[in-house]
Amino acid sequence: MLDDFLVRAALAAVGTAVATGLLGCFVVWRRMAYFGDATAHAAILGVALALLFGTSITLGVAVVALGMAVLIHSLSGQGIAVDTILGVLAHGALALGLVAVTLVPGQRIDLDAYLFGDVLSVTRSDLAVIWGGGALLVGVLWWHWSAMLTATLNPDLAFAAGINPRRQQLILTVLVAAVVAVAIKVVGALLITALLIIPAASARSFASTPERMAFFAMAFGALSALGGLRLAVIFDTQVGPSIICVAVGIFAISMISRQLPQLRV
Amino acid sequence: MSLIDARQLDFGHGGQRVLHNVSMTLDKGEIVTIVGPNGSGKSTLLRLLIGALTPQKGKVTRKPGLRIGYVPQKLHIDPTLPITVARFLNLPKPVPAAAAADALRAAGVVGLDHQQMSQLSGGQFQRVLLARAILAKPDVLMLDEATQGLDQPGSAAFYRQIAAVRQDLGCAVLMVSHELHVVMSASDRVICLNGHICCEGTPEVVSAAPAYRELFGTGTGGALALYRHEHDHGHDHHHEAAE
Repeated sequence: MLDDFLVRAALAAVGTAVATGLLGCFVVWRRMAYFGDATAHAAILGVALALLFGTSITLGVAVVALGMAVLIHSLSGQGIAVDTILGVLAHGALALGLVAVTLVPGQRIDLDAYLFGDVLSVTRSDLAVIWGGGALLVGVLWWHWSAMLTATLNPDLAFAAGINPRRQQLILTVLVAAVVAVAIKVVGALLITALLIIPAASARSFASTPERMAFFAMAFGALSALGGLRLAVIFDTQVGPSIICVAVGIFAISMISRQLPQLRV
Repeated sequence: MSLIDARQLDFGHGGQRVLHNVSMTLDKGEIVTIVGPNGSGKSTLLRLLIGALTPQKGKVTRKPGLRIGYVPQKLHIDPTLPITVARFLNLPKPVPAAAAADALRAAGVVGLDHQQMSQLSGGQFQRVLLARAILAKPDVLMLDEATQGLDQPGSAAFYRQIAAVRQDLGCAVLMVSHELHVVMSASDRVICLNGHICCEGTPEVVSAAPAYRELFGTGTGGALALYRHEHDHGHDHHHEAAE
């Protein structure tokens, strides 16, 4: 079954979208969208470095994304507006990455694959990375769920309960970096944030508790992945952007259904 | 051993000193009120005591295993985060439904379980925060301007609720306020803060202290007396309960 490239693509897309849907809830609640952007854009730099040193792309992306995440984490709270820092870092990292990629000696690489994803070419080992990484992410969030939710509601409430919100923030930071490394193959560096935010934002309309929102976000993520893949096959479009288009469609429906509050469970 | 022992705390940010040489202790079962004008470092002191901030000088010692029930000044819940009252009460640790219902009753709000936190009125919201603080079975209940945004009768009712809660739990209460006339009479001890501790003692001592009058003028004197008269009975009663 795994020999069929479409099956592999579907598994990769669903695995990624479920993980990003869950993590995306925290990204939305904590207003980390720009942060996700900066981390994702840094991934291109990771691709360039990985090619330069001949290591695996996933490793290169993960290391650079993590470095970027930690850099933002330490720069925030130093008197400069956070969105300014993130704007500088996000676009700086993207530009640097694009320049660095062209400087890599040897064959010209297909940049599109890293900017917009190339899910149709996932291999079995890519699948292992995606599902392994996804399972790890779900596990970590499950383990820290209550503490992280408390820290998200209010840092002082967390402190009073003996939870260190800075630590929770750092865990989330690391998870975002990990998700970038996992998702770049599926939707590409430019659209990872979309996969984090849109399913979670759609889920908000239907949920009355954080857990239900997380559940819906994962479901909408999976639905977008499968729907987008189907669209791409029918219309011969790029898979990554098609997935995001379906996600946006679901978001639009969720906004309309907000007018009917009885839908909320 | 005191529940919390703070020694010679200094704290500032960006070169601006907020607190200087502040020492205080909180003992089992006592009600302590910190009063001071806006910007006097009251909330900063509270946040140092719960460990949300680290003092630049000095040391905060909390009794090992100290359980703190914290009611923040204002809790902004991001509109993107859906959460019902029932779910909120179960954070960070799940509690039995019966305990949650008891806590809501003790805080004076019943039957709100399925409401969204964002749909509560200001008074209901603060009471739900109080209920959540009670559920931690705290050794000390900390309230940071907990009645901000409530009208006068509302905050008076809120403080009566706290007095009742304290009688049930036997916990210490540490609160921060500028609503002196509402708060002071219920306190065992009042600390008057303005970057440093100006004066402290029983409500009578503090309200008569020159340093206090300098900060707040004498305008509140009448209201203070009026309020104390109203709640004389409750106040005496607490002392009996504490002994």
